[in-house]
Amino acid sequence: MPLLDVSGVTLQYRAADRVVTATRGVTFSVERSDRFVILGPSGCGKSTILKAVAGFLAPVEGRILLNGNAVSHPGPDRVVVFQEFDQLLPWKTVTGNITFALTAGGRLPPREADERAGHYLSKVGLTAFAGSFPHTLSGGMKQRVAIARAMAMEPQILLMDEPFAALDALTRARMQEELLQLWNDTKSTILFVTHSIEEAIRVGNRILLLSAHPGTVKAEVASSGSDDLDASGRLLSARIHDQLFGTVHE
Amino acid sequence: MTAIRLRRVSEHATLRKAVLLVVLAAVWEGYARVLNNPLLFPTLSATVSALVASIGTGELPRAIAYTLKLLFEGYALGLVFAALLTALASVSRIGADLLEMLTSMFNPLPSIALLPLALIWFGLGQGSVVFVLVHAVLWSVALNTHAGFRALSPTLRMVGQNYGLSAAGFIAKILIPGAFPSILTGLKVGWAFAWRTLIAAELVFGVSSGSGGIGWYIFEHKNQLLIPNVFAGLLTVILFGLFVEHVIFRTIEDRTVRRWGMQI
Repeated sequence: MPLLDVSGVTLQYRAADRVVTATRGVTFSVERSDRFVILGPSGCGKSTILKAVAGFLAPVEGRILLNGNAVSHPGPDRVVVFQEFDQLLPWKTVTGNITFALTAGGRLPPREADERAGHYLSKVGLTAFAGSFPHTLSGGMKQRVAIARAMAMEPQILLMDEPFAALDALTRARMQEELLQLWNDTKSTILFVTHSIEEAIRVGNRILLLSAHPGTVKAEVASSGSDDLDASGRLLSARIHDQLFGTVHE
Repeated sequence: MTAIRLRRVSEHATLRKAVLLVVLAAVWEGYARVLNNPLLFPTLSATVSALVASIGTGELPRAIAYTLKLLFEGYALGLVFAALLTALASVSRIGADLLEMLTSMFNPLPSIALLPLALIWFGLGQGSVVFVLVHAVLWSVALNTHAGFRALSPTLRMVGQNYGLSAAGFIAKILIPGAFPSILTGLKVGWAFAWRTLIAAELVFGVSSGSGGIGWYIFEHKNQLLIPNVFAGLLTVILFGLFVEHVIFRTIEDRTVRRWGMQI
């Protein structure tokens, strides 16, 4: 049984005075320790799929199963890392941002929560900033805290909604590298949404290609982490590009 | 060297204002001495000695205590009503409409204009003053708090749901801290209305009750033509207002919104 099973999922949301169909009949499954990337142009509903997996939005058709159980509401077994920097609570320190989620509802006693926060902070290299408030951190550091917070929950699956899209190119490349290192340590299952072909190839081991308006599955490709040539001598990125946008690529 | 030092002095805001204050005090003292009419305009020194004397006899501290007790009661009761109204507005659309409508109706109405009515409803007691104080505090606090709740970022809302907070946990750990800058603004505006209203109410009210706070202290000494004491009362009102705004609220801001980088 796959960890996450999404089959025939159609998602709609209400915008102003009309109903927008974000995705139609999307099917894919994610195995444990996959780095599964959903790749597509803007408007393909990839973030909407992620929100549906997180439980913020119910499918109008199809089903989403986590470990065989239908997803019905948001929960800490599927933690989201958002793109927005304001996902950190400005009134809590870096450590407080991680422990508030761990201690909510008495999941962990405060001392253990502190220890676990320290452990994951050291993994993202922010031990020195444990007592800082988020507004004093750079964008990349904020996203590192958000990733540490999500990982500290030790969720079944980590949902990442274009977490590096708001960062500059250099920071972005470094964050991708760090995420892969973290994955090597933890082998967490990651569902990662992006519109960058390059990022999808670097981060993912499996890439789901979506077309836009409404989002439908084009293909699924495997990635070794680098933009390799295939048997016919074409780059993976070129193949992905053709499948997403037709054969206009040189 | 001296030029640089002078520029440094002129760049220091607190120092600049301190110098201005000394100049103003000197002008006051000088003009009052030239005028030489303590019934119209007493000197600064006479005002200060009246202030010290009133503190010494315990008359002014009693008046201050009386005023602060009323202020505290009215402010606290206003906050309770504001919390109820905001809660109602947060859970239902009708409640939100009601809050918006009531606020736009009553916010432009100066609280002191309700005092005659309050005297009929609640009699010549402290109840009337508390009533107008509640009116002064309620609308700004409720409106700002509600606006703060609505302005909470959707991302933070989702974070709260994502980490499995209960409804109470969400309100206590996300909603209220997230709206705190707006809440604090409401508290400051509410305080400013309440303080001005209270002194005004005591001026009117003292006439009929015969005992009271700082407003009454001012009014009574005017009747006795003890004008330095009138000035001492006014000075007390100013000093207390400055204290609340620049010490109490400033400290709260430094420890919360400024520390969190959330000031609006």
